[in-house]
Amino acid sequence: MKKKLWIVLALLLVMPGFLFTISCQKKVAAQAPAPAPAPMAPAPAPAPAPMAPAKMEVPAFMTERVYFDFDKSVLKLEAQALLKKKAEWLKANPNAKLLIEGNCDERGTAEYNLALGERRAESAKKFLADLGIDAKRISTISYGEERPMDPRHTEQAWAKNRNDGFVIN
Amino acid sequence: MRLRFWMVCLLAGTVCAVSILPAWAQSESYQYIDIRNPFLRKIPLAVPFFKNQTGGPREDENSRKAVDLLAGSLDFTGYFKILDRGAFLFDAQKSGVSAADINFQNWTVIGAELLITGVFEQSGDSVAMELRLFDTVRSRQALGKRYSGNIAETRKMILRFCSEVIYYLTGNTGIFNSRIAFVSTGSGKKEIYSCDFDGYNPTRLTYNDSISLFPSWSSDGQYLAYTSYKGGKPDIYIRNLADKKEGVIAREGINICPAWAPDRLELAATMSFSGDQEIYLLTAAGKMIKKLTNNRGSDVSPTWSPDGRKIALVSNRTGGPQVYILDLNTGNERRLTFEGKYNTQPSWSPRGDKIAYSSQVNGFHQIFVIDAEGQNAMQLTRNGGDSESPTWSPDGSLIMFSSTREGPSRLYVMTAFGTDQRRLLLLNGEQTNPKWSSGVFN
Repeated sequence: MKKKLWIVLALLLVMPGFLFTISCQKKVAAQAPAPAPAPMAPAPAPAPAPMAPAKMEVPAFMTERVYFDFDKSVLKLEAQALLKKKAEWLKANPNAKLLIEGNCDERGTAEYNLALGERRAESAKKFLADLGIDAKRISTISYGEERPMDPRHTEQAWAKNRNDGFVIN
Repeated sequence: MRLRFWMVCLLAGTVCAVSILPAWAQSESYQYIDIRNPFLRKIPLAVPFFKNQTGGPREDENSRKAVDLLAGSLDFTGYFKILDRGAFLFDAQKSGVSAADINFQNWTVIGAELLITGVFEQSGDSVAMELRLFDTVRSRQALGKRYSGNIAETRKMILRFCSEVIYYLTGNTGIFNSRIAFVSTGSGKKEIYSCDFDGYNPTRLTYNDSISLFPSWSSDGQYLAYTSYKGGKPDIYIRNLADKKEGVIAREGINICPAWAPDRLELAATMSFSGDQEIYLLTAAGKMIKKLTNNRGSDVSPTWSPDGRKIALVSNRTGGPQVYILDLNTGNERRLTFEGKYNTQPSWSPRGDKIAYSSQVNGFHQIFVIDAEGQNAMQLTRNGGDSESPTWSPDGSLIMFSSTREGPSRLYVMTAFGTDQRRLLLLNGEQTNPKWSSGVFN
């Protein structure tokens, strides 16, 4: 009986997990926008490239973060301005998908911060959706206080760590 | 009779214990220690070296280890002042160990009110111990136990006697069977570990190579629930500790901070699949039983009252995070904390009367306790750095927490009144999220 429960549980819950892993595979890291390739290195004999779809050129502002006040998930004016720019680009590039990562500083506590990070990511998602971007193109994840950009314990570090990161794929 | 006893030991192959208490003493019990008393005086306790039966060097070494473990474990409770052996008018090898042979004045004169004597005998890999607790003021034996088993089980035997001593003195079985689960970054990633109540034998439980957080023991000690990103996002994993098999609760959004209900295999946890972060009651297989909260914003960090009828939780419904209490039968909610702008991580005491939590004071988190009715909020930590994640010992006498008072985050323990604050263990990396198990299992 108990065994059966576990099997059912596994089926019910692991499957969506797999779906998620698949959907994650193509992500591009947001923190380090790939540096432009060195100008015109002598081309090595090109391998017979399969007809890969032209790679999207992602402008820097698309991976620029928006920042929050302590314990807040409200978008500040400069965050809204940046998100409007992102929305314009997303409209011009209808095949692009966006992952928003919510982050918090270490001053809060971990459980509440995980929830706060999700609210931060969701408020950016809602803002973009209100500007007409299909919500299905946007996914969110919260990292709470687990992935600080700046590990120091200073006001500046904390301010930096309260953000939404953006990943285009 | 004696022969039969030893044969039973042999057959069972485990620790055997028999009472060597005189019949008259067994019917009596004393309330030496009232653990609800914040002004508890530490009882002076003498734990002289054991009397070694054969006198072999290995016996001597193991006997020393055993007596130090006994004294150290009782000291851990915070109830005793362990007296310095240098002051003793007592030679373990020459003096007697039972009431008839003890000159109790030799103990009362140095201030001892309780005395524990031991006889230690090792032959090969087997060990036998006779341990006795004396009330030196009343000049009589309070407890007597004989233990035998493999030398590797010495710790188990000693801790079992500690449980007897604490039960005799407080009427409560104490903490000596309990374990701590916690998060450590020793491997470079946050993984779940566990150790004994006193930090002994830290063991890594997960190899997720991801972020793993918020461990929670089921009340029977068989399951550990925790949150991990190993599937790509924060989901709840439920591990059967015996066979290490895991189930997962991975709905859309976050699935975090699981808290097992007392005495049944159900848990409360925060999930956001509805578009809002709410606390749900779930079966151990992750099936939804009931939605427990219904507020816009975050509802996180559930902790159960010991009768299983209420949960305390953190909600930001009035702006910043505050602790609330939800009655599961009536659905009534009331706010518990009013002082401070950032109150999180509630932990309901096993006695039911108090809730520990962390509160931001001058920019740093400190551990507080408050009556479950909302009165008498009391700050227990004042050291530098943050002190977070309070968790109660199963008897309600101690609180463990993590703190950055020495720099990196480590685990500390104190009495429920904030006294005797000390570090639990020293490990590589940083340690956070301690969770104390119940003490009813082995």
